[in-house]
Amino acid sequence: MQHTITIKAGRSEKDYWKDLWLNRQLLWILSKRDISVRYKQTLLGLAWSVIKPLMTMAITVFVFSFVAKLEGDPGIPYALMVLSGLTIWTFFSNTFTQISNSILINSNLVSKVYFPRLLMPLSSVAVGFVDFLITFVLFLIFAVASGYGLSWNIIFLPAFIVLTFIMSLGFGLIFAVLNVRFRDIGQLIPFVVQIGLYLCPVSYTSRLVSDQWFYKFYKLNPMVGIIDGFKWCLLGDKAFFDPKSLVSTTIIALVILTLSLMYFRKKENTFVDHI
Amino acid sequence: MPVIVAENISKKYIIDHQRKGGPPSLRDIVTDTVDKVFSRKKKEENFEDKEEFWALKDVNFSIDQGDRIGIVGHNGAGKSTLLKILSRITEPSTGQIKIEGRIASLLEVGTGFHPELTGRENIFLNGAILGMAKSEIKQSFDAIVDFAGVEKFLDTPVKRYSSGMYVRLGFAIAAHLNPEILIVDEVLAVGDTEFQKKCLGKMRDVSESGRTLLFVSHNLTAIQALCNKAFYFEKGRLIDQGETTHIVTNYLSKVSHKSLEKHWDDINHAPGSDQVRIKSFRLFPEYQEDLTHIDVRTPLNFQFEFWNLEDGANLNLSMHLYTFTGECIFNVGTQSEAFAKGLVTGTCNIPGNFLNDGSYVVSMMIVKDTSTVLYNMEEALIFDIEDFRENVTWYGKWPGYIRPQLNFSIRQTEHVVND
Repeated sequence: MQHTITIKAGRSEKDYWKDLWLNRQLLWILSKRDISVRYKQTLLGLAWSVIKPLMTMAITVFVFSFVAKLEGDPGIPYALMVLSGLTIWTFFSNTFTQISNSILINSNLVSKVYFPRLLMPLSSVAVGFVDFLITFVLFLIFAVASGYGLSWNIIFLPAFIVLTFIMSLGFGLIFAVLNVRFRDIGQLIPFVVQIGLYLCPVSYTSRLVSDQWFYKFYKLNPMVGIIDGFKWCLLGDKAFFDPKSLVSTTIIALVILTLSLMYFRKKENTFVDHI
Repeated sequence: MPVIVAENISKKYIIDHQRKGGPPSLRDIVTDTVDKVFSRKKKEENFEDKEEFWALKDVNFSIDQGDRIGIVGHNGAGKSTLLKILSRITEPSTGQIKIEGRIASLLEVGTGFHPELTGRENIFLNGAILGMAKSEIKQSFDAIVDFAGVEKFLDTPVKRYSSGMYVRLGFAIAAHLNPEILIVDEVLAVGDTEFQKKCLGKMRDVSESGRTLLFVSHNLTAIQALCNKAFYFEKGRLIDQGETTHIVTNYLSKVSHKSLEKHWDDINHAPGSDQVRIKSFRLFPEYQEDLTHIDVRTPLNFQFEFWNLEDGANLNLSMHLYTFTGECIFNVGTQSEAFAKGLVTGTCNIPGNFLNDGSYVVSMMIVKDTSTVLYNMEEALIFDIEDFRENVTWYGKWPGYIRPQLNFSIRQTEHVVND
């Protein structure tokens, strides 16, 4: 097979996506590397993936339910609601953080070999996804143990997972590019995640704000619809969910993804000059 | 048939004199922007602070299939930038390059090795990063392990490897790539001699199988051994290209800068340490006839002076002579002796008709108690030896680092009487 490449200034290659596909083995291997390296040389190893969400849940329940006396959706155990919210939120925040740092973490590769740079953010999602699966199983165990019946809504779950992935990629790619150029972004990322936790209905239900004047601005945040939808899938119709918001959420998510992909593609060939 | 055609390749970097290096922080951008908006004067100053730097400028070349190109030039001449552009790591500022065929580049040994992963895992990781399919890696797995000689440590994390093993494994993987075009940057600088031989052998195999090779190295001997053509870069421009020996000679003649004398009059500003300070290092050639340059016949006298600042120190000198390409030709040392405070002088003579023609570099070490290096004056003197021949009709490069006159003669030992 003859294989021709043209290298030219500012040229976005037309076979970029083909290249990406041809490199799918590398994507797989990089993902596997991240997962297998994750807990190397830690005493508890994989147990950390279980301990972390459990601790977060315990503290959130304690603070919001026992201290702040916040009410959940009627008929849904508060702890279960928090756990479902945390499941999807940690997936989003982990993948977002990892994508944002993916180029810098792999800077040794950026300066020494070529492959479609998009592979780095894509492969960095793997660790977050594994953690997500573990938390998800934890949720299922909790739900069954507490005698809470799962709803058939769960068949829509993959749609919300995909939307979350799109959102984290959309935001993450922009931050990844900026992070190469301005190292300040690295400081900003944990802060963004922390604020997001409070701006999104993770440890509370959107029902609490649904009758407030600022609700129409509140639900502009695409993560609100996604998290509400995710809870609705797991906890059933008793959970607060506005299906109409799904349309705007999907549109916003796709627009952000498209813009960030364009931005990433435009900048990826100059990464090495800034590392 | 050309496999690589480059037209007008340039690469520009902006150097910002205001900043101490590193990427600009958000603060810099914000303050710069505020400055620009609020003060028009500032704008001009900013302009002066930034300087364009052309790492490559208007480079044109064409490489045929099966060519083995050696790339020579000083540090900063643009060699590595060219390789980076060819490997698509960075893009040119202007111009275009057309490449026909699968290209693989080896700019570093063991790129992407993860210290926590085992040798086995890293073979697959590094192979994939270099562009090998999993099936290809599986196929050459045994050969890679064998070439690197790490079979016992396959399941050990590479962070436990010795640096030699690490490099061997890295090169072994790269050596089993099968691209149509292979780009190699200075990887031979590492590893022991035996392994370097193995690598050179492997690279020769690559070139003999009709594949195209681009090779950057400071080891001119390796370039001469491997490459049929060479490019000579200077300050970002491709200033000469052609047959390897011709280019290498040209390169050497331009880079040779002689320095036969170094001296310091002020002891406080002289290089050295708390215990010794260098006063001077001089080379006095005994020029032949009326010559003003050194040739192969010229005896060379070295004189080295230093101040000893510690009474009763046991000192000796150790002198290294290197070829310009970095191979050590010899190392000689003096006896160790106790010296009082004051000036100490060492002399060394290299007889005429001993060294071959070429460029040489001398370094001098002051050693205490035959074990502690007090000061090492590296690349202290540099000199060229020109060729000289009488009664010969052959003018090719005389091989070898040294060219001694030995008792070597021929004579008739039997006559055949004609019937």
